[in-house]
Amino acid sequence: MIAELGRFLIALALIASLAQMALSWVGASQGGRSPYALAGRTASLAALLTSALGFALLIAAFIQSDFSIAYVAGHSHVDKPLFYKVTAAWGGHEGSMLLWCLILALFGYGLTRVGPAEPAFRARAVSLQGLLQTLFFAFLAFASNPFDRLDPAPLQGRDLNPILQDPALAIHPPLLYLGYVGLSAAFAIAAAGLIQKTSGRDIARALRPWALGAWASLTAGISLGAWWAYYELGWGGWWFWDPVENASFMPWLLGAALVHSAIATEKRGAFPGWTVFLALLAYVLSILGAFLVRSGVITSVHAFALDPERGVWILGMLGVSAVAGFGLFAVRAGSLGEGDGFEPTSREAFIGANNLLLAAAAGVVLVGTLYPLFVEMLGGAPVSVGPPYFDAAATPLLVLTLLLMPVAPFLPWSNGGAKPALEQMRAALLLVPVALAGGALIWFGAPVLAVVGGALGVWAMAGATMDIITSYPLAQTRALKFAAAGRAMAHAGVGFIALGAAADASRPPDVNSALARGESIRIAGSTLTLTEVRRADGPNYLADRATLAVSDGRTISPERRFYWAADQHTREVGLGSSITGDLYVSIGEARPREDGSAAYEIRAAFHPLVWMLGLGASLIVLGGFSALTAQVLTRRRREVQP
Amino acid sequence: MIKARKRLWVVLASAGVLVAAGVLAGFALRDAMTFFHSPAMVAESPPLPGQRIRVGGLVIEGSVERPASGGASFSVTDTVADIRITYAGSLPDLFREGQGIVAEGAFEETGLFVASRVLAKHDEAYMPPEVASALASAEAQGALPGSTGRDAWALGQARSAQGRT
Repeated sequence: MIAELGRFLIALALIASLAQMALSWVGASQGGRSPYALAGRTASLAALLTSALGFALLIAAFIQSDFSIAYVAGHSHVDKPLFYKVTAAWGGHEGSMLLWCLILALFGYGLTRVGPAEPAFRARAVSLQGLLQTLFFAFLAFASNPFDRLDPAPLQGRDLNPILQDPALAIHPPLLYLGYVGLSAAFAIAAAGLIQKTSGRDIARALRPWALGAWASLTAGISLGAWWAYYELGWGGWWFWDPVENASFMPWLLGAALVHSAIATEKRGAFPGWTVFLALLAYVLSILGAFLVRSGVITSVHAFALDPERGVWILGMLGVSAVAGFGLFAVRAGSLGEGDGFEPTSREAFIGANNLLLAAAAGVVLVGTLYPLFVEMLGGAPVSVGPPYFDAAATPLLVLTLLLMPVAPFLPWSNGGAKPALEQMRAALLLVPVALAGGALIWFGAPVLAVVGGALGVWAMAGATMDIITSYPLAQTRALKFAAAGRAMAHAGVGFIALGAAADASRPPDVNSALARGESIRIAGSTLTLTEVRRADGPNYLADRATLAVSDGRTISPERRFYWAADQHTREVGLGSSITGDLYVSIGEARPREDGSAAYEIRAAFHPLVWMLGLGASLIVLGGFSALTAQVLTRRRREVQP
Repeated sequence: MIKARKRLWVVLASAGVLVAAGVLAGFALRDAMTFFHSPAMVAESPPLPGQRIRVGGLVIEGSVERPASGGASFSVTDTVADIRITYAGSLPDLFREGQGIVAEGAFEETGLFVASRVLAKHDEAYMPPEVASALASAEAQGALPGSTGRDAWALGQARSAQGRT
C-alpha cells in the first residue's frame, strides 16, 4: 500500500512541477501579478507537499522494514537500530534522489515566498525552478523510483552498507544536498534574470542569499564527509582527491567564487556577466557531480554501483540545464549592463582575483577528474590521476588565493589605494616574518609546503582579526555587524584549515604492526601498549574491542566489527584527542603466532592539530550563515522602508 | 577610453593566470598519471621496475598470506597471467579472495609488485572497471573462464561492463 501511494505521490509531484513551470511562465509573461502566477505558486506548494509526504512514506516503509519494496530490501535489515533505519531512507541512490527532489521543491516554494522582489522576475524564477524540478522528478519516476516492488519479497533485507551506519554520515547527505540543490535556486534566478533582461546588479542582489545559504550548507556537508572519512575508513586521511570528493569540491569552489563576486556585482556593478555565468555554472557542475557519482563511469572507492541507464538520464538533465542556461547567457548577456571599471588595488580587483583563482582551481580539478574518462573514450590505456596531480596543480592557486584574501577587506572599492590598507594591516604584516620563522622552527625538516601553509594560515588569521577589530566598531546596523562578523569568521576559518592541513602534511609516518597482548609500539613520543581485546557486540554486529594504554595515562579503544547481514567487516577508529593532535589507532584482524598467541594488526598514527580543520570548517559555515543573516536583515529593512 | 584601458589590465592579468594554471596542470598531469596494467599486459611487456603503476585482477583463492609480523601478500589474476603483490599496510576490510581489486605501486627487480595502496570497493556487486575490462579482454583472447562460480560471476560482470562501453 505504501509503495503504491508513494509512486502516486511522486507522479503527482512531477505533474505539479510541470504545472508550476507552465503556469508561472505564463504568469511571468503577464507581469507576475496575474492569476497564473498565483496558480503557479499553488502548484509549487503542491509539489513540495506531495514530495514531502512521499519522503515520509519512504521513511515509514523503512521503519516497518517493508522488504517488498526493492529499495528498502537493498538498504535495510530488521536488526538495524531505528536511527539507521530512518537514515537509510537517503543512504542509497533512489532514496537520496527523492531527497534531492524534495529539496528542489522546497527551494521552489521558497522562491515563491522570498524570491526576487520584482513580481515578474520572481514568477520567472519559480517557473525555471519548476523546469529543474520536472527533470529530476521525471528521472525519479521513470528511472530511479524508490517505491519499485520486489517480487517475491525477501524475508530479510541486505542491510545498509555498514560503513554508512554512522551519525556523521547520516546527516551528511541532507546537508550536502541542501548545498548542491540550493545552487539550483541561484541558477533559476540567474536564468530568469536573463529572460527578464534584468540588470546584473538586481540579479546579484536576488541570488546572493540563496548562494550564501547553499554554499554554507555545502561546506558543512563536505566537512562532515571529510571528518567521517578520517575516523571511519581507518586510513587516517580526510581528503583523497577521489572523484566523488572532487564532484562536491568543484561546485564548492565555484560557490565560494559566487558568494564573493555577487557582492562586487551588487554593490559596484562590477563583472555582472561573470557573476551570472558563475551562478549557472555552479549548478551545472552540481549535476555533473551527480553524474560522476551515480553513473559508475569513474573508479572511485565510494561511488554508487554501476548503472549506465541512469548515467544517460543524468547526462540528459545535465544537457538540458546547460543548454538552457548557457544558451540564454549567450543571447542575453548584453542586457546585464556594465560596471564602472576599477583599479588594480581596489576591492573589486581582489574579488576578481579570488574568482579567477578559485575558478581556475575548479578547472584544474575538473581536468584531473575527467581526464581518465577522456583517455578511455579515445581508446587509450586505462589511466588514473591521483593526489600528486591535484596537489601540484591546485595548491599553487589556493596558496595565491590565501595570500590575497586577508588584504581584500581593507581595500576601498573602485579607485582603490593600497596605502590605507597597509597601514591598517601593519600589525598583521608584522606577523608574517614571525610566522615564517616560527613555522620553520616548529616544523624543522618538514615539507616546504607545510611551512608555507602554516605561515599562510597565521597570515589569514591575523588578517581576519585585524578585520574584525577595525570593521565591527564601524558597523552601524545589526545587518552590518553580522556581515562584518561573517566575513572575519569565514576568513579566519580558512586560516585554521590551512594551518591544520599544513600540520597534517608534516605528520610523522604511520606505524603498521602486529601486536599481541602486552606488546607495545611507539608513535610521536608516546608508547601504546595493547592491554586487552574483548568482545563488544552491538545490535547488528559482532565486535572485538581493543584497549591500548598510552604512556601518558590515557586509553584508546579501537574496534573491529563484523556486520553479519552485509557479511562485512568495518573498523571503528580509536582516537586519543588532545590540544596537540589526535593519536589515531585502528585494529585489524587477529593472526595466530607460532607460539599460539594471537597478534592483532594495529595501525597507529599521530595527526597533529587536526582539530583545527574541524574548527576552521565550522567557522566558515558559521561565517556563511552570519552573512546570510545580514542579507535577510537588509532585505527586511528594505521592505519596511522602500 | 579610460574604461577600455581599465579593462585591458583585467583581461591581461586573467589570461596570465589561466595560462599559468594550464601549464601547471599540464606538467602535473604528465607526472602524476598512473597507467593500469592487467596481468596479461605485464606478462607480455613487463613495466620498468620502480615505475609507478596500477595493477589489478581477481584475488586468487588461497593465495593470501598474512605473516604474523604484519602486512600481507597475495596474487591476482585475469585468468591469463598472475601477479604476486605484497603490501606492508593493513588490507582494506573489503579485501576478499575471489574479488576484484586494484593495487597501486611498483614492480621490484624480482617481479614482485610492492603496493603502496590497495583499493577494494565497499560494495559486493562492484568490479573496478579496469579489472572488468582486463577480464573481458582475457576472455576474448580465448582464455578459459575459471572453474569457480566466483570467476564465472566476475566474467559475467565483466561482459556487462564491456557492453556498456
